[in-house]
Amino acid sequence: MSDAQDKPAATEAGHSKFLTGDYTFGTVTDKISAVVLSGQTPRSWYVGFAIAFSLVMLLLWAITWLFVKGVGIWGINIPVSWGFAIVNFVWWIGIGHAGTLISAILLLLRQQWRTSINRFAEAMTLFAVACAGLFPLLHLGRPEYFYYLIPYPATTGVWPQFRSPLMWDFFAVSIYATVSLLFWYVGLIPDMATLRDKAKGKFAQITYGILSMGWRGSARHWLRYQRAYLILAGLAAPLVVSVHSIVSFDFSVTIVPGWHSTIFPPYFVAGAIYSGFAMVLTIAIPLRAVYRLHDLVTDRHLDNMAKVLLASGLVVAYGYLMEIFMAWYSGSQFEQYMILNRLFGPYGWCYWLLIACNVVIPQLLWFRAVRRSVPWLFMLALMINLGMWLERFVIVVVSLHRDFVPSSWGMYVPSFWDWATLFGSMGLFAALLFLFIRMLPMISIFEMRELLEESQGESQ
Amino acid sequence: MTAPTSLYGLLAEFADPEELVEATQQVHQAGYRRIDAFSPMPIEGLAEAMNFRRTKIPLVILIGGIVGGIAGYVLQYWVAVIAYPVNIGGRPLHSWPAFIPVTFEVTILFGAIAGVLGMLALNGLPRPHHPLFGVPAFSHASRDRFFLCIEASDEKFVEQETRELLHRTGAKEVFDVPR
Repeated sequence: MSDAQDKPAATEAGHSKFLTGDYTFGTVTDKISAVVLSGQTPRSWYVGFAIAFSLVMLLLWAITWLFVKGVGIWGINIPVSWGFAIVNFVWWIGIGHAGTLISAILLLLRQQWRTSINRFAEAMTLFAVACAGLFPLLHLGRPEYFYYLIPYPATTGVWPQFRSPLMWDFFAVSIYATVSLLFWYVGLIPDMATLRDKAKGKFAQITYGILSMGWRGSARHWLRYQRAYLILAGLAAPLVVSVHSIVSFDFSVTIVPGWHSTIFPPYFVAGAIYSGFAMVLTIAIPLRAVYRLHDLVTDRHLDNMAKVLLASGLVVAYGYLMEIFMAWYSGSQFEQYMILNRLFGPYGWCYWLLIACNVVIPQLLWFRAVRRSVPWLFMLALMINLGMWLERFVIVVVSLHRDFVPSSWGMYVPSFWDWATLFGSMGLFAALLFLFIRMLPMISIFEMRELLEESQGESQ
Repeated sequence: MTAPTSLYGLLAEFADPEELVEATQQVHQAGYRRIDAFSPMPIEGLAEAMNFRRTKIPLVILIGGIVGGIAGYVLQYWVAVIAYPVNIGGRPLHSWPAFIPVTFEVTILFGAIAGVLGMLALNGLPRPHHPLFGVPAFSHASRDRFFLCIEASDEKFVEQETRELLHRTGAKEVFDVPR
């Protein structure tokens, strides 16, 4: 990654701070809002957006063809009836979780380093959840009937089955998306007011004016605002844990060997944090290089994120180990065969690649030199993204392809349309991020001013 | 109540957060009640300086959460036991453990919506226009400047005296806010 080679100006002295450089309330405001208001969009934005937008077109093409022909265009069949759609769903929703973790849990823990990264991490959450939400709908054989999941008084007199994990999942994911949107929007209100007051053009003034709802920065408003924001964070923190636990119930409530396991909820939540932080790094590193934000997103931020990666990666590794142990300890021949098949079966290479990406190579993060090296971090983040996708592939596909009765074993080969939908969803994610960067402040401006005030207060 | 009707109030600008907090305290001690301070970020002690400490937000969110929890559980109970009872393997219709996940999620949803709408409603937002926006310098309240406004409707408001008080508290400049 050539962007990432661009060495930050921050020196050793700056490492101890989360905000380097001489900023005042005014200049920090100008620097962040200039990305949106100056109208000088870097060429790399156009190139990146063009690529992402072409992938969105690919996604639309794949979805249209799916609606015309049905799920038969994918590689799924019995026994593997849950293919890429479910793999991608779990992968995307997991990525989303780091955003909420950064914005809510780090807020509750009063971690100052969250301030520079929470806004775009929350945006990442929203867009990842949007991508995730697509897949279960596409995966329905008859997507036009997805609204059967909604409990409403239908003339048929039929109601949804609330004992099913799929209903829990529908509620969890849609509520997660709603609450993330609310949390993100509340965080944006004061910054919209800043943009409204700074914008030159009539259109921008009116748009940001409407979105800011007439925010004036009144002390009474701030007090209520902060109280509400803190409690929202308190609500979002258990929500994020519950969402991925419920996603894991989709698997663990069934009796398929490799799915029917009590370790799934914590193991899925740790995996979500792991993949989400990897994605935050994947986004943060090019972003700060292109927009020269090295003094706002410092090397120390990257270092902290790398430490979270290392810790959550170890929890995930413990999960892998426990799956093997429990298969042996259960004494169930189906569980034992499942592990042997996972390690040495036809998809064995996926498992070993996943172990390399998620467990072995990330151990490099123990070394300070690796955590401080931007190119290394970027490479590791990409690898973990791949590893976490493979993990879901191994869980979903490899468990299904050989279950209890050997006569019903089969293989799964993804089709072109499977790949097109996966890469198309990445394009959708990237395109939404590009639009976000161009139209909204990607770093919380008022919280940077607050951080500045606090750090000035300390130095006095 | 001697203020001319054309004036909404007086707006004083201060150099930094500490001065604003101090001035707000002095103005409040002088007996003014219809005052408000404006800053580009939350400042500790500013609302307290106006003796504004308690907000109903936590209560609003608590009520929202409780209503959500009850609504979520009752919906599931009603669907599974009354409206559409389905016998699954002879298990009880009121199989409450299976209803916990959705109850929890709906609790959070209602709490969050109550929090956001409650915060906006108590703040009187959305309010697209406000007399303060008539002062050109006020557009910097969202960037790097700090303001204190005394409304003309305050009982103690006497234009000349109030203006002098604001100058005494260290205001850099005092603006008239047209109604």
